[in-house]
Amino acid sequence: METSIWRALFYLVGIMAFAGLNAAYLGWCERKGAARIQRRIGPCEAGYAGLLQPLADGLKLLSKQLLVPQGVDGIIFRVAPVLAMIPAITSMVVIPFSDNIGARAMELSVLLLFALASIGMIAILLGGWASGNKYAIISAARSVSQNLAYEIPMLITVITVVMISGSMNLRDIALDQQGGFWHWNIFRLENGHFLTMWISFIIFFICSVAETNRAPFDMAEAESELVAGFMTEYGSMGFGLFMMGEYLNIVVGACLTATLFLGGWDCPFGLTPGVWWFLIKIYILIFTFIWIRWTYPRTQIYRLLNLSWKILIPFSLVNLLITAALIKVF
Amino acid sequence: MTVPIHLRHDETFVLNLGPQHPATHGVLRVKLTMDGEYIVKAEPVLGYIHRMHEKLAEGGSFAQFMPNTARMDYLHALAFNHGWALVVEKAAGIEVPERAEYIRVITVELNRIASHLLWWAAFLLDLGGFTPLLYAFDDREKIIDLLERVTGSRLTYCYMRFGGVYNDIDEEFIAGTRDFIKRLRGRMPRLYHDLVTHNIILIKRIKDIGIISAEQCRRYGATGPVARGSGINYDIRKNEPYSVYPEFDFDVPVFDEGDSMARYMVRMHEMEQSMRIIEQALDKLPDGPVMGKAPKVLKPEAGYYYSAVETARGSLGHRLVCDGGKNPYKLKLRSPTFSNLSLYGEVAEGMLLADALAFMGSLDLVIPEIDR
Amino acid sequence: MDMLEKIQVALAELFPETAPLVSQEGEGGQEVPPRESGALVTNFTKYGSHLDVLCRPDQVVSVAQIMDREGYFLEAISGVDWLDKQQFEVLYDYNRLGGKHCRVMVRTRVPRNEPMVPTISAIFPAADWHERETFDFYGVHFQGHPNLIRILLPEDADFHPLRKDYMP
Repeated sequence: METSIWRALFYLVGIMAFAGLNAAYLGWCERKGAARIQRRIGPCEAGYAGLLQPLADGLKLLSKQLLVPQGVDGIIFRVAPVLAMIPAITSMVVIPFSDNIGARAMELSVLLLFALASIGMIAILLGGWASGNKYAIISAARSVSQNLAYEIPMLITVITVVMISGSMNLRDIALDQQGGFWHWNIFRLENGHFLTMWISFIIFFICSVAETNRAPFDMAEAESELVAGFMTEYGSMGFGLFMMGEYLNIVVGACLTATLFLGGWDCPFGLTPGVWWFLIKIYILIFTFIWIRWTYPRTQIYRLLNLSWKILIPFSLVNLLITAALIKVF
Repeated sequence: MTVPIHLRHDETFVLNLGPQHPATHGVLRVKLTMDGEYIVKAEPVLGYIHRMHEKLAEGGSFAQFMPNTARMDYLHALAFNHGWALVVEKAAGIEVPERAEYIRVITVELNRIASHLLWWAAFLLDLGGFTPLLYAFDDREKIIDLLERVTGSRLTYCYMRFGGVYNDIDEEFIAGTRDFIKRLRGRMPRLYHDLVTHNIILIKRIKDIGIISAEQCRRYGATGPVARGSGINYDIRKNEPYSVYPEFDFDVPVFDEGDSMARYMVRMHEMEQSMRIIEQALDKLPDGPVMGKAPKVLKPEAGYYYSAVETARGSLGHRLVCDGGKNPYKLKLRSPTFSNLSLYGEVAEGMLLADALAFMGSLDLVIPEIDR
Repeated sequence: MDMLEKIQVALAELFPETAPLVSQEGEGGQEVPPRESGALVTNFTKYGSHLDVLCRPDQVVSVAQIMDREGYFLEAISGVDWLDKQQFEVLYDYNRLGGKHCRVMVRTRVPRNEPMVPTISAIFPAADWHERETFDFYGVHFQGHPNLIRILLPEDADFHPLRKDYMP
């Protein structure tokens, strides 16, 4: 069954469907969530409670002309949005949705995920550069410096998790946390790790908000300063692909947080583990992303970078040392 | 940024913060010469919404200019109405009954609160916080509904006439205003101050940004919250009182730091002081007519007349030159934002782009008022 | 009103030939005591300014320096087109920010066919934009202005709209 063609097809279709539905309906979730926080209703016309709105938006975007301005680099301009989607969908291959739902449990899946995240960063840079628009170039430069700065504390905190679990395989990390919330990495009660793991969780969460270019770290698309940043020159499906890529990155970030820190598919009281617990966890995390976005204004670029280089990296390094010491001692 | 950086003037590029931009409040073009993210030179270019109101004033009679006054600063249109009514009443010697003066003050102060609410919403929108816009507009909608009942318009009011106001206020307006003040006072601590004013990201974003010294304010002629945020205690309602302002007991908030945070706090406190004025005016509202005696065709004596009122943005001046005819011979509108913006070029030098935009937001610009 | 006396004393050095006049009520406007130049105290409640100073174009800069020394700020610069007398008049409004309140209006007249006034933008940077606007609307040329180009009308306009003989 491992090598059957049906399994491959099933996962191919399943992951594309999951990715597609999430990309489309996260937009709906965001608009509804934003609306309720802002004391209004949000989409309510298209279908019941606006559920057909993403379909309507998708149709609109597809039917528009893909405008390629003069003076852009033709191939890169067209390739960049596609390049933004590819890593997000590919990352879902290694994510363990449940004990027996997971496309491929690779030995180095953590490494694969971060490598793919860097490709996503390059897509933004290429999109901004190829646009030939000064606002886009400023935004692409900001985005690269921000993504680079926040990848480092992210990796360091993931190393602490990998050290505790002893494996880079996401499925093994999740299996290590089964049996109730006191086994989850965020609370890790044995060996004194509970002192440091919640710090790792917070640092990781902040970094994933920054990596996915969400407010308050959305320098790359700071709407009131740079119009739409690197997406300024993109219309129709190019813009659509960038937006979908952003939402899928959020989903992957939430899946990763849930797997690394919150026990994957485990039930909090150890009763009936399953894929529904995984989905509940990732959607709570995604709701937190949306909540944070609509509450806070934006920081400045140098404060953003200061936060990473001067605060998060030293904290995560100290965290790493303490975790290593605790592992050695106990 | 505390460390001064050395700007390389030979490696600069020109970025157009063009007339169409989400952050310029109206059609304002700023030609920025930038070195990376730092601004080397900032030059506002005006005139995109210039409609030559001063010539329009000369072409018609005094009364025909009253609707035009609201089109300049549409956010505090009643104060512009008031200024024009004051200068013509000075020139023609028209008396205004007391009830009309009180009604003028109540509506102008309500409009001031609405203007500051919209400034707050737009300022935070510039900084990336979308939600406060909706909260502020919720309150603003209440004010606009109240004023619509009395004046007939939602935004560009043409409510005042030479000699008073054209429509009296009724019990429902008074009750509605008192309800509104209670509601806003209840919402202010939680929704406005806890969520936004004490928000660490906002504080870091606007503290020590765009520092204007009091001497700069004087040399550029900046007035209003911009000057009061730099320590200058000058409010026309207190220093050069007009209408019935001497009867009310209110404070003028003055902060010394001169940064965007100081200007922000001045406006937030001004909203509270406006509410105080409105309450006192409602308590003391006398009975009587709302329109004084004014001739059908106004022909003021020849001379040079000036009136100054305090709008939400500063001191608005009307310099009227009459020659004894039916039309104004010359009207010069001294708009406060015109002078406030003139110091942008000097202060924005060496700032980061994001900080320069936060600074521009804190100046509270309304472009149609600058361009007239 | 010691501020008013202070400024009158300060300005008196520029106008040695006339004693400070007081405007008479009911005389019908400030034009009636005819004078070449000098300071006139006016009724603040009726006219909106405390002092009306009429000076020659070349005295404008000295007046501005005196005002700056006394702590005034420039509120506005306006132009008036007196077509029947073939003169432009440039009005400067000065005010004080805080302290004793005193509004001073300074007027100067220039011939219509050669309107030249020295600039005061070196003393008051606020004058920079106000003088550009007066140039834009009337065509009054401010000598020494660093950047006397149009501010509100399009850069390539070749007319001055607030002139009384302007035909669109």
